[in-house]
Amino acid sequence: MIQWLAEPGLTHFLIVSAILFSLGLMAILTKRNIIMVLMGVELILNSANINFIAFSRFTELSLDGQMIGLFVIIIAAAEAAVALAIALNVYNRFKSINLDDISLMKG
Amino acid sequence: MEMTTILFYLFSIVTITSASIMVFSKNIVHSAFALMFTLMGVAALYVLLYADFLAATQILVYVGGILILILFGVMLTTQGQSFNFKTITVNLVPASIASVAAAGLLIFVFTRTEWTVSEPNEHSDTVHSLGMMLMGDYVLPFILVGFLLLVAIIGAIVMATRLSTEIENQSN
Repeated sequence: MIQWLAEPGLTHFLIVSAILFSLGLMAILTKRNIIMVLMGVELILNSANINFIAFSRFTELSLDGQMIGLFVIIIAAAEAAVALAIALNVYNRFKSINLDDISLMKG
Repeated sequence: MEMTTILFYLFSIVTITSASIMVFSKNIVHSAFALMFTLMGVAALYVLLYADFLAATQILVYVGGILILILFGVMLTTQGQSFNFKTITVNLVPASIASVAAAGLLIFVFTRTEWTVSEPNEHSDTVHSLGMMLMGDYVLPFILVGFLLLVAIIGAIVMATRLSTEIENQSN
């Protein structure tokens, strides 16, 4: 066990990313502020990225994993810009960014 | 104990602690600042994984771009003059069960699987080979993602400017 702890390998990075994923899930499920939910999504994207890059370091995936990570970062930037524009429009229309107040489509 | 091990544990603890602060803080501005330390910790983990270019990109794009966007979002959507940055927390018990179950399951799977680990080939720097790959095998995704960014930015600008014209029409 001590030996396993003393040599950080693939599994250690994967465990860090699993904890980050569960924290992001927690933020998405418990918070009712659009901005907080967005931050949770960013956390989950980061945890997925850690997985890609850990596999690129420790397995045959090599630099292809880093390339996928690069594309994930680019798409996260596009997603954040569009999501914040949507959040501003929602705030302008409903005067609130509480997700429970935005329920016009509820049957 | 090797230096890499100490650095790995240091940066993992920084990342996970600040992510927990981000999730459990009541104040949304504190959450945004904790997110900054999380992203920097993740960038340090990238460096430990020999991904120097990705670490630099992470700091430039996430800390320099997305985090500023999020702070602008916080600034533009706070209600009234009361400077109330509190966030409402709901469903605490079911969400805790779900996320702890997700973490437990993932960690169980990750530790029980026999990964075929290969010895990493040493890269002095990744920038050159990443650039050659972007202009070689990955040229189509590269152009597509550039187009996607253009569309996303134009969409964001259109949404934001329509917002301001609607306010003008309402005031007239």
